[in-house]
Amino acid sequence: MILLRSGLKSFLIYLWSGWGAIASLMLFLAVWEWAGLYYGELILPNPRITFQTLAGLIAEGSAWQELTITARRALIGFGAALAVGSTLGLVAGLSMTALMMSRPIVTVLIGTPPIAWLVLALLWFGNGDGTPIFTVFVACMPIVFVGAMLGARTLDGQLGDVATAYRLPPLMRFTDIVLPHVVSYLFPAWITALGISWKVVVMAELLASSDGVGAALAVSRSHLDTAATLAWITAVVGLLLAVEYLLLEPIKREIERWRVAV
Amino acid sequence: MTTAVHAPAHLEVRGLGHKFALQTILEAIDLDVTSGEVVALVGPSGCGKTTLLHLCAGLMPVRTGQIISSFNNPACMFQQPRLLPWKSTLDNIALGLKAAGTGRDERTRRARMLGLQTGLAHEDLGKFPHQLSGGMQSRVALARALAIMPDLLLLDEPFSALDIGLKAELYALLLHHLNTCSLGVLMITHDLMEAIRLSDTILVMAPSPGRIVHRFRIDLPAMQRDDAFVYKMTAELLQDSAVRTSFRLAPIKSELLTRQELPC
Ligand SMILES: Nc1ncnc2c1ncn2[C@@H]1O[C@H](COP(=O)(O)OP(=O)(O)O)[C@@H](O)[C@H]1O
Ligand SMILES: [Mg+2]
Repeated sequence: MILLRSGLKSFLIYLWSGWGAIASLMLFLAVWEWAGLYYGELILPNPRITFQTLAGLIAEGSAWQELTITARRALIGFGAALAVGSTLGLVAGLSMTALMMSRPIVTVLIGTPPIAWLVLALLWFGNGDGTPIFTVFVACMPIVFVGAMLGARTLDGQLGDVATAYRLPPLMRFTDIVLPHVVSYLFPAWITALGISWKVVVMAELLASSDGVGAALAVSRSHLDTAATLAWITAVVGLLLAVEYLLLEPIKREIERWRVAV
Repeated sequence: MTTAVHAPAHLEVRGLGHKFALQTILEAIDLDVTSGEVVALVGPSGCGKTTLLHLCAGLMPVRTGQIISSFNNPACMFQQPRLLPWKSTLDNIALGLKAAGTGRDERTRRARMLGLQTGLAHEDLGKFPHQLSGGMQSRVALARALAIMPDLLLLDEPFSALDIGLKAELYALLLHHLNTCSLGVLMITHDLMEAIRLSDTILVMAPSPGRIVHRFRIDLPAMQRDDAFVYKMTAELLQDSAVRTSFRLAPIKSELLTRQELPC
């Protein structure tokens, strides 16, 4: 109960600290508005028109429908990358052999541009769900892998001695010694990967799918409908910001409370 | 079956040696710790005391010689506090209890009791290690070792980060535990007075390679030793040539030593 209340309090304090962010966002909107005036509505519709278009898309129901499709694809690819990347990264960090074997592969994965994977995926999976999901998976997996590997590599051997000296059972050694340390490396990697998954899925849909936000963007482009294009972009970015700052950042603060001075 | 319960536990180190790479750190170490006995290991820094303690704690494999222990529940306090940064003071103290499967309520109760006994304040118990001073952290480390009610305590310079007043308090706490639980203690210190105040046997180590060059026994029970006794014994010990060479002290003139003895 007390923990919950202190959590709520720190969450409110965190929200309050968001005023600075909101101020800079307002500044950004002002610049957008001004640039819109300068270039004219056809090239750059101003924020008001963009939000109106977005509201229209939401009202007619197509916004949520496309966003759900896109989110499902992004989350499946992201989830798979999370499971595979975290597991393999941990194993690689704990065993020298696994590290030597997997490092070059991961370097290749990181070095290959997502668009190249997309072309391959198109050849392999065609126009179905498989293409965006696969592309998201390959783009995110190496990032999660590296986070997990670094976390496991930087484990403090001295704390391992403490675990041995106090006869911690293997499971408790993992949950109480290994996990808290690794999570402080993993979680930031997860957040980065989530952002990437969201961008990559839209790109993949734009080129490969007939539904989802990316496909909607392709349609508005072919109609030369700049307002709809901006509305879709706003929806995608807004959703990502909301998830990151209202959900992930507070969680990160909570699990890393031991790092910051209260 | 029943006789085994009453037999005092024993730690026996015979002919122990250790090498890091090609450098010989320890050579031909013999020592014994019986339950109820405090053995102090003194010697200059770098002579291999910590290595010896880690070998006794089973943290490194024994390659030369042997270590036989019949203690069931040893606890180790490291030279650095080595607290888990993501656990509160209370949870750090309770670490060994949790590992042994003690229930949450019981281990919180015992951890709180020991935290307060080792001189921590109520509000410190909820803090994380990075919010504690160095001295507080060593107190948490000591409490963590005492919490599992060990039958053998391995202490690596346990009191070196503490001020004199707190040292005296913790000596008293340790002696209290010794008397009530009759546990064996192997304690490293570079403070001769501390060794004389607390221990029954003092082993003096010399470096390169680390070996035991002198053994002293103190027969007066620790509870009966007063400051005067400690000062007198320290002065006596410092006269010993083995102790002086081990700590690389120049031979002292005897009249200077008598003058040092005057205050007591
Ligand atoms: N892990 C290690 N690897 C190599 N050398 C070590 C290691 N640990 C300690 N040593 C060396 O062993 C010697 C004894 O160290 P230590 O046991 O910590 O001494 P003390 O505790 O008496 O100060 C030192 O010379 C130190 O450099
Ligand atoms: Mg040492």
